[in-house]
This record gives sequence, structure tokens and C-alpha cells, in this order.
Amino acid sequence: MSMKLGIDIGSTTVKVVVLDEIGSVLYQSYERHFAKVREKAVQQLEKAKEFLQGKTVNVAITGSAGLGVAKAANLPFVQEVYATAAAVNRYIPGADAVIELGGEDAKIIFFRGSLEERMNGSCAGGTGAFIDQMATLLDVSADELDELSLKHEKIYPIASRCGVFAKSDIQPILNQGGRKEDVAASIFQAVVDQTIAGLSQGRQLDGKIVFLGGPLHFLKGLRERFVETLHLDEEHGIFPENGQVFAALGAAVCSEEYAPETYDSIIDKLNNAVSASTIDNPMPPLFESQRDYDRFRERHSKATPVSVDINEYSGDAYIGIDAGSTTTKVVLMAENGGILYSYYNSNKGNPVQVVKAQLEEIYRLCADKIHIRAAGVTGYGEDLIKNAFKVDFGLVETVAHLRAAEHFRPDVDFIIDIGGQDMKCFKIKNGVVDSIMLNEACSSGCGSFIETFAKALGYDIADFAKLGLFDKTPVNLGSRCTVFMNSSVKQAQKDGASVNSISAGLSISVVKNAIYKVIRAASADDLGQHIVVQGGTFLNDAVLRGFEQEIGREVIRPTIAGLMGAYGAALYAKDRGLEHSGIITAEGLKNFVHSARPTTCNLCTNHCALTVNTFENGRRFISGNRCSRPLGKEKADTPNIYQYKLAKLLAMQGVGKGDGSRGKIGLPLGLNMYENLPFWYRLFTNLNFEVVHSGKADRGTYKLGQNTIPSDTVCYPAKLMHGQVEKLINMGVTNIFYPCMSYNFDEGKGDNNYNCPVVAYYPELIAANVSDTEKINFMNPYVGLHKPREFAKKMARFMQEKFGIHHHETVKAVRAAYKAYHAYKDDIKHRTREYINIARERKLPIIVIAGRPYHIDPEINHGIDELISSFNLVVISEDGISDILDKRPRKVLNQWTYQSRMYQAARYVCTQPDMQLVQLVSFGCGIDAITTDEVRDILEGAGKLYTQIKIDDISNLGAVTIRIRSLIAAMQAKEEK
Amino acid sequence: MAKLEYDENGRLLFTEEMRKEYTILIPQMLPVHFTIMRQILINEGYKCETLGGNPRQIVDTGLKYVHNDTCYPALLVIGQLINALNSGDYDRDKVALMITQTGGGCRASNYIHLLRKALKKAGYEQVPVISLNLSGLEKNPGFKLSLDLGIKMAYAMIYGDLIVLLANQTRPYEKEKGRTDRLVEKWEKELVGQFAKGVKVSKKAVVENMDKICADFAAIPVGEKNKPRVGIVGEIYVKYSPLGNNNLEDFLLGEGCEPVVPGLMDFIIFKIYNREVDVNLYGGHLAKKAVCALMRKFVEGYQQAMIDVINKYPAFRAPGTFSHLEHLAMNYLGPGNKMGEGWLLTGEMLELINDGVNNIVCTQPFGCLPNHIVGKGMIRKIKDDYPQSNIVAIDYDPSATKINQENRIKLMLANTGKMKQFVKN
Repeated sequence: MSMKLGIDIGSTTVKVVVLDEIGSVLYQSYERHFAKVREKAVQQLEKAKEFLQGKTVNVAITGSAGLGVAKAANLPFVQEVYATAAAVNRYIPGADAVIELGGEDAKIIFFRGSLEERMNGSCAGGTGAFIDQMATLLDVSADELDELSLKHEKIYPIASRCGVFAKSDIQPILNQGGRKEDVAASIFQAVVDQTIAGLSQGRQLDGKIVFLGGPLHFLKGLRERFVETLHLDEEHGIFPENGQVFAALGAAVCSEEYAPETYDSIIDKLNNAVSASTIDNPMPPLFESQRDYDRFRERHSKATPVSVDINEYSGDAYIGIDAGSTTTKVVLMAENGGILYSYYNSNKGNPVQVVKAQLEEIYRLCADKIHIRAAGVTGYGEDLIKNAFKVDFGLVETVAHLRAAEHFRPDVDFIIDIGGQDMKCFKIKNGVVDSIMLNEACSSGCGSFIETFAKALGYDIADFAKLGLFDKTPVNLGSRCTVFMNSSVKQAQKDGASVNSISAGLSISVVKNAIYKVIRAASADDLGQHIVVQGGTFLNDAVLRGFEQEIGREVIRPTIAGLMGAYGAALYAKDRGLEHSGIITAEGLKNFVHSARPTTCNLCTNHCALTVNTFENGRRFISGNRCSRPLGKEKADTPNIYQYKLAKLLAMQGVGKGDGSRGKIGLPLGLNMYENLPFWYRLFTNLNFEVVHSGKADRGTYKLGQNTIPSDTVCYPAKLMHGQVEKLINMGVTNIFYPCMSYNFDEGKGDNNYNCPVVAYYPELIAANVSDTEKINFMNPYVGLHKPREFAKKMARFMQEKFGIHHHETVKAVRAAYKAYHAYKDDIKHRTREYINIARERKLPIIVIAGRPYHIDPEINHGIDELISSFNLVVISEDGISDILDKRPRKVLNQWTYQSRMYQAARYVCTQPDMQLVQLVSFGCGIDAITTDEVRDILEGAGKLYTQIKIDDISNLGAVTIRIRSLIAAMQAKEEK
Repeated sequence: MAKLEYDENGRLLFTEEMRKEYTILIPQMLPVHFTIMRQILINEGYKCETLGGNPRQIVDTGLKYVHNDTCYPALLVIGQLINALNSGDYDRDKVALMITQTGGGCRASNYIHLLRKALKKAGYEQVPVISLNLSGLEKNPGFKLSLDLGIKMAYAMIYGDLIVLLANQTRPYEKEKGRTDRLVEKWEKELVGQFAKGVKVSKKAVVENMDKICADFAAIPVGEKNKPRVGIVGEIYVKYSPLGNNNLEDFLLGEGCEPVVPGLMDFIIFKIYNREVDVNLYGGHLAKKAVCALMRKFVEGYQQAMIDVINKYPAFRAPGTFSHLEHLAMNYLGPGNKMGEGWLLTGEMLELINDGVNNIVCTQPFGCLPNHIVGKGMIRKIKDDYPQSNIVAIDYDPSATKINQENRIKLMLANTGKMKQFVKN
């Protein structure tokens, strides 16, 4: 008999287990490897030397990064799920299911019935790395996060699909004063939801469940969330003592199947494998030599504000504050633009306290000799800070950055700002922001990403960035979202890339992400002649150099790149010409108090998560609202076609003109059923059915159906269909009609009249995955509404077969249905004309929201229409103006009915000076990858602004607000010029 | 030099003159099929070349010129073509690009337009693009898919399918490494030679060839055919192209498996058959339907002939017929599900399982729209109906890493037997 050795090399840790002849654990270890995979494995083995030396050893390697090591070292490999199953089988024989969370993988194994195991797909967070990232965001360690979570009072809904999405949910909560304790617990709940929804995919999690892996071993708060959510007692929720090394344990168990080796030969093999690097296609180095680097530094030291010394200065000064998503920046600017004082630091999850401390410091420095004439604030936390400290001016970030960039380069025509969490790029034409590109929720390879990585690898961000400067072979890591970059790094580690090469590669990938994914540029000329780069991330020389290399042009980086927002706010405040700032005084600061309380607004079904901030003397500021009602004001009556359409469609249920004698028929509201509801409603009520539709969706709808969603990358509107169908079934409806439609109505504005594949065939997916549909009469026939005569025939046959309805009756009802559909469409067009007229009478700008018919559902658009109308803009939609112009050939295949309307609408907007277009894009919509470029081309070709808003299950409107406000600012500036 | 001519919508045409002067570049997908097809085009008087290139460079070029959310195959195909133009190996004023266009509701029909956008972005607006399609889209004076040429192309496809099928069933077991690949090359040459000679091809001659091919492959000495068989289905490009699927077939071979890859013929029949179904479902010209039925029966006839020939050789397993696939799929999806691979993909999974191939890799580009439904969307129901099935869905994408893909495939492979010992009932 020999000893058994299991080595589990995961994405962030190495685990080693040694078993003796009878299978009891002699040694176990669990350590982070900081990308030094093979070295760390060897190190740990050396610690286990006393148990292994001189004995024959059965060995097996497992884990996501173990595959490469095993191959290179020629040692046996077992897949980690298999290894885990083997360990559970041996040590916890009664288990029914296993949930294992690792650094980047999440796994679930079902043992009962038919064996099933699943791993997270390529687009899924909810793992240890995700928790680490979130902890960084809160400026705490993972352990502290855990402690915090145990003291929670409230759980916020946080998108759990992907770390990037979760971040954009968490930031506004923090910035608006939400409690860290609650956020911490919400993060863990998000992990739980992701695991259950994403991995169990409809299979019930019951019986005895074993929880394994590092995060579940170390984090009590996470355990608590699982236990509570799954209603487990001690007998059914098993957390083994050595749960963090279970896969290694399993590898040791499995090692019996392979030939034994000696300890020395294992160490030799691993050591020899260390040197093997298989990286191909490295990228060119950032700098060839120190001299290159010195010259580069020299060039970038030129754009800098005049120097002033606060100790010698007296006179007027201006305060600029940039309350960013992760950092707070404060500038005190002298009359001549010199910087008297500045601050740049993490907002530590509580920007109010940071700003308070800074103002105190500024007042101390100013004493009596410096007089504050004006103050401006910008950034995510603008509203809160403006209200808390009575700051004179609030301005949108884009305007602040433009103002600052112009200070250094009056003829600037392109600005790119990469901050901690977001990336903003804008083109400038004639001194006005001409087009804005913000990073989408799924492409945020930004500063904090490099930072999180640096930390994970055990480095400070500044040191980490420097490592890459002179590396000869930066690795190519791709340019997608952070989740993908994580696994690219894992691959590079596997291939033996050095930390230096990874550092350089990460910097370059941030750049590539910005250029190709956010800006969509193919060459430097697509950007501009005079490019100013800014934001904290550009202080990183590796990123700056990578950017210049990639576009092949020299750019300007002001020395205060990280402070540009705050500097711009100060300049803006100065421009306004105030005599004396109304900002809170030194005296006032002494009495300043702030507390924040989360609450839910119940004034409408949006159920906005509000934060009520209370200051001294009971002064209050409410944030998180989408309309003015929680502030005690009635909603504005600005015309909004989204609301009009929604109300009109929702009213279409009941027996209509019929008598309802044939019973109820259910129509799930979503995708193709939204706009076609008038058609089906008339058809079925005329046939004496009572129409029951599923109503508008909400978060509960999603939850109701989420465990039957087979593809986590499909668009959110499709995901909601699961819940919409379940809702109908729960209402007791036994006949549900949800037809498949390859084709839509032919409106003559495209080359064909298709639906997208998801809209066309989702009914078949529902039938195959929502098992409750088997209990009822779920009808999903293929229909072609674009051919009325043929359709009438087919439908008549269908109704005859299903309900014994006479041919003539159906044909008559079909005729009425077409009429009803066209009447509805005509009504929308007339209403749109009316709204346009009202707008022109009141001199209000008009926003065309270009999306799909189903985007009117508030759960899909997250109240964006109301947000837009709260800025006193008139909202109309693409379908109201798509028939005005003739069809024109397009540069893309124009073959989808809904999408054709957007091109038509965009062309029409180009002819109307008071209209702007905002395109709504559902995350995961493959067709929109085509339409967005085309709509942008149409609009920009006519000198219009292009604004795109990507939506998913997230309900964070912060980024949307920036876009809308930038759009308004640009519209105003254009008018002024 | 040929004059640049445009149609009424401003599309650059491939003219009669260009046909003589220009080299047509074709992106690679199925090496065996495309080698033969290329030769047929050369015989018709075209100059043409199939492309290759460094995968990383192709991906990077694609990322640069194609919207990054567009499906991966578009990125690879367009990346390949632009990369070739960038390479300097071709005279950019004497080169044309060829790309297939399926013309369905899937966004793949848009590749050609995205390619043109990319060409504009890259500054190659003078390069004409030829659409290869069965729908009569985008005609060019210098390139016509005549009936004769179409039939020859069909032959290339049939031979390609047969050779790939036989090679896949032989390669994992060959006693002398490399022998299968050498035979593949020999037959490519032989068939190309036959086409070059311009002999009129008849069904009889094709069947004779098929018989000889089978005999040759059967003669390769092999060991016992006992490896686990793993089916590959999916979106057509990532299913077939080693560039698209990170050399999936090689990986499976290396893992000690026999890859089973359903052929191209079913896809072509599927696309023809869809036109008939459209008329059935939504009405339309019966004459058109009849023409399509004729075309379909022609290809189906050859498919049947191929199956008959293979069945003469006990060493090989023949694939099922198209109508059998349809029969299986109709328990899951309607006949109208035609975008992308449509019900055919589900049908292929079912046929594999019915043929005893329970292990299946379902490949798709990240975010592939039709595959949400016909791939990932059907796996659960298949699993319910066939508990022994073992399907893993793998996404391909410019930054999806090989390590994650391989790890998931390894999990699926671990399932082939060893995992079962842990099941409780």
C-alpha cells in the first residue's frame, strides 16, 4: 500500500491533501497561489515532505488550472467534479447533492435519480473571485465582508449573473448612503440566487446537501444565506470541516487508479514543468528601454496647471468635487487655475463622510485669507453631495470633463476617461459634446479590475502596473468583459506566463476593450486629432503607453488626469460668475450630521428602492426615485407614449364584445405577444373566449420562472416569458395560446419581415422547459400573420380541431382581428402626432425611444421612459414615426420587422431639429449588434447625437441618467452656439 | 485593369472582366470539402484560393473590424479575409472575396454586409464581395451559380461528407499513425483530378467512386473499435471549423475518443426543405415548392446512395437519412423552426443518441440566437426522454478560453462511465 496525494490547483488557490494507507488525512493545506501555480504546488509538497519522503505515492492532480500542470508534468489528472464526487461518496455517503463554490467556478452535483452535474457557463460570476471583487469595492477584506453581513437588516436585490452587473447595482446603493452591512449580505444573497437559478436549472435542491469549497468554508454569512434560502436544518445542510480541500481529497482518493511514484520523482516532474512556457503570440513590449520610458515621462509632464502654493496664496478660490463611483476627488482651485489643494482617494463606501472631512480640511487651510466664490460637484454622487453640503452647482460628468480638457487643449476633439468603474469617451465638435460612448454593463474592463487583480496576485496597484512596463512578451488576454479576462489570465497562468507579462497584458487589454468594444474605432482617425486622456486609470503608465501604441498616435495626459472631473467642476463653477458660494460653512460643518435609511417606495408598482438621507435639523434628501412622487409632488404630465401604450394594452382583457362562453384563454404578455395583443384579444373575444393576459412583469415574474431558463445568455425579455407563463398557469388558466412566428407583419420598410430567432421560437423553448405546461393545453402553433388569407384558413382549421369552432366563425373573427390590430397601430400613430404637436406648442424637446414593442414593459425598461419624461422631455417611440419616410436601401441586411422601424425612425429624426433618438438595447440581443452601428451611422451622418442604453435585469439608472443629462446638455449647448 | 461597376444600390459588382483577372479568396471552414470545391471553381475558369492564417491574428483583426457583440463566426470569417488583404500576399486591386449567405432570419445572413462595412473601415472599398447562396440574392455578372456548377458543388459536398465520415471512424483506431490522413489527401487529389479532366459526372460514376473510397478506408489496418464516441453538433461554423472550435476534434482524439460529426448534406437539404415548409405553413407558389422538392430529392437520392454504399462495409456505420432526422426532431420542435440550424440541430442530437452516441458536445458561438432554443433549450427535454444522454453545451468566443472549454468537456467525458458509480436511487 502506498500514500495517496491529491493536489487541487484552482484559479486562485492550491490545495494539497495527503492520505495514509487507510484513507485518513495526514496533511492538508490551502493557499493562494498568486498566479505562481507550479511553484506554489511544489512549495506545499515540500511542507508535506515528512509524510511522503521515501514512500511510494499515488498521486492525482485536479482543478481548473491543474489540467495544464498535469499535462506538462506528465502526472495523472482527474476532472474536479469527478474528484469531488469521489470524496463525497467516500466521506459523506448519504449526500443527495453537492454545491461547491471555488475561485471562479461554481458547481452543483445531483446524486439522486439521474446523475447530473453542472458548472457555471462562461458568462457567470457568483464565485469566490466575485466576492473578492465586491469586498474590494466596499474597501474591506473578505473576512470583514463576512462579519458585516451577519449584522444585516435588509437585503437589496442585486444582479447576480455577473460581477460586473452586480457592481453597477451596488454602487448606487453605496453612493446613496445604503448600509454596508446590508450590502454585504445582499452580495452573498446574490451568490446564492446565482447558484440556485443558474446551476440547478429547474431541478429541486432537497435532501441532504453538502457545501464545499473555500468561500463556503470560510464565510459564515454566505453559509447563512444558503441555509436560510433553502430552508435547511443541521441534518440537511452539511458543511464538512475540511470542505475547502474536498476536491484535493477526492483527487487523493482517485489516485489509487494510477501507478504510484516516488515523492522525489513527483517533485522533479513538477519542477521540470515549471520552466515549460507555451505562450504564443506575445504582444510587443510597452517600452524597449529605460530611455524610451524617460522620454515618454518627459512628454507627459507638460500638460499641467500653473503651480501655486496655498501657504502663500490669498484671494478667491473655487471648490470642485467629483463624487465618483469608487473614488472621491476634491480640488481647491485658485483664480488663475492653479491647484491649491487636491484630494484623490477611495470613497470607502461613504462619500458623504469623505467630502465632509475634505471640506473641513479646506476651511482649515483657507483660514481667513482665501474666499470661496463658488463650488461645483459632479459624478455619481452629485445629487447627494449637492444636497448634503448645499453645493452651488451640479453638473453632469461629461460636461465637467470637457471643461477640464479644454483648459489644457482648447481644440480637443476627443476625450477618453477611464475611471475605476466606468469609461467615458466623447467626441467634441465645435466645442460641443457630439457623441458619447460609455462602457456597457458587460464590458467594464476598467481601473478597479486591474486593481482587484493586483490585489489577488498580492501586489499594490502601482507596483503591479510597473511590473509590466519593460516586459518583453506581454500576453494577449483578449478584450471582453472582466469575467472573460479572469479566465484568460487563468489560461496564461496555465501556460506559464510570468506575472510581469500578465501585468502588461492586463493593461493592454483594458486599452483594447476601450478602443474596440466601447469606442468601436478601427483607426486613430476615428477618434480625433487632439486626444485628451484622463481618469485615474490613465495615471498608470502601462495603460497610457498601451493606448498610444494601439492607436498609433500621441495623446495628451494632463498631470492631474485623475482629478479632471473635480477640476472641470471647479472651472465650471468659476464660469458661472458667482460672488459668494452658498456651500455649507465651516460653522455649519460642525453641526453636520448624516444618516441614511433604506426604504421601498410603494406609490406605484415600480417599487423603487429609495434611500432617505437625513441631515441636521431634519433636512432630508431622497434618492433612488424615478419620478417625483416620493418627493411629494405629482408626476409631470409631459406626454409619454410608453405609458399610453402600456395602459392601452393592459386594458385588453376580459370578454370584450363576446360573451366569454367558451371559457378562459391565457396570453403571456411579452416578446411577440405585446404588440399583437390587440389582434389576439379581438380574435379570441369575438370567438367568445374570455382573454386573460399575464399583465406586466415585475421582479417576481422573473423569480417565478427563473429556474426553468436553460440559457443564461438569452435576453431578459425572453427570460421573463417563463414567469409570465407560470403566472397564467397559477391563475388557473388551462388554455394558453402562445404562437411561433418566423415572420412578423410586413410593413414594407425592409427587405423581409422576420422576427428574431428568439422571438420567433421561444414558445417551443417554453413548452420544452416549463414542465407545468404539460398539465394544461399549451398551444404554440406556427402562424403567419403576414399572409391574412392563408392565415385565416390555417387558424380556422386550428380552432376547429382544438375547440370544434365552425370555420366561418373563425374566419370572421380573423377579419375583425386584423381590423383591430390596424386600428391600434393607427391610434398610436395619431397619438404620436398629437404628442409632437404638444411638444412644439410647449417648446419641449422630443425623445424618440427606439426599441421593441416589448420594451414598454416597466420590468424591461426599468422606468427609463419615466426618467426621460421627468426631465421634461416628450417621449414618443419608433413605431409612431416609422411609416413617414419611404423605404431606402441600408448597408446591412434589413430583414427584421421590428428593427426596420428603428432605421426608419432614425432617418426621420434626422429631419427634425427638435427630436433626438435614444436606442434601447437588451443585453444579449444579437440583432442589435447589427442595428446599433447602423442607427448610429444614420444619426451621426446627419449630425445627430447617438445615445444607446443597454438594459438587462439590472435596475440601476445611474448610467442612464448620465446619458440623458449629457444628451440634454449637448442639446442645450448646440442651441446656444 | 477591370473597371469598377456598381449596381443601382451602389453595390460593387464582380464583373465578367474581373473573372479573368481577379483571384477569389474563400474563407476556410471544412478543409476536405473546400479543397474539392475550390478545384471545381478553378475548372470553371475562376482563380481562387482558400485561406488559412494565424488564429490569434485572425481573431484580433476580426475584433478590430467587426462589432464585438456579433457572433464569433462572423468575426473569424471577416477576420480571415481582411487579414489576407492586410498580409500583402494579394494584389488588392485584383482580388475578390467570396462568402456564403444563407438568407434566413438568423443574423448570419448579415455577414456579407458586415464584411462590406469592415472593408470600408479597413480602406478596401475597391474589393468586390461575391455572395454564394441558393436564394438568388445579390447577382453578379462575373459569377453565376449555374445548374451545372451547382450539381458539381453538390458532388464535392457528397464526397467531402463521405471522406470525413470514413476518416473519423478510422483515424482513432489506425495502427500506423497518419495513414488515414494520407488517404484523405490521396482521394482529394484523385477527385480533384477527375473534376479537372472535366469528365461528365454521372450518378453511376459517383457511386463507383464512393465504393472505391470506402474500400480504401476499410483497407487501413485498425485496432478494435472500442473508444467512447462523442458527437459534435452545433452552429455550422464552430461545429466544423477547427479555427472556430479550438481544434475540438483533435482534442477529443487526444482524450481517447472517436469524434462523430454529422455531415454537411443534411444542412443543405434542410435549407432547401425549409422553402417547401414555408409554403405549407404560410402559403405561396406551389411551383416553387415543386422545384425545391426536386432539388431536395436529388440530394436525398445521393445521400441514400452514400448510405447504401457505406452499409456494404461492416467496418463503418452509416449516418441516418434526412427524413429520419426530421422524424425524430418533430417530437421537440415544429417544422417551421428554420433559422440557423433550426430543428436540424436538435434532430442531430437525437439521431446521435439513437445511434448509441450518448456523449455530445453542443457547440455554439457565445450568444448564438437560434441555439438558445434548438441547442441549450432542448437539452433538458432530451435528458428527460433519454436519461443516458450526456450533453455539454460549449460557447465559443474570441476570449472564451480553451482551458474552461476543455475542463467542461472533460467533465462530460468523466460522465461517460466513471461517474455512474456514485449514483444513488
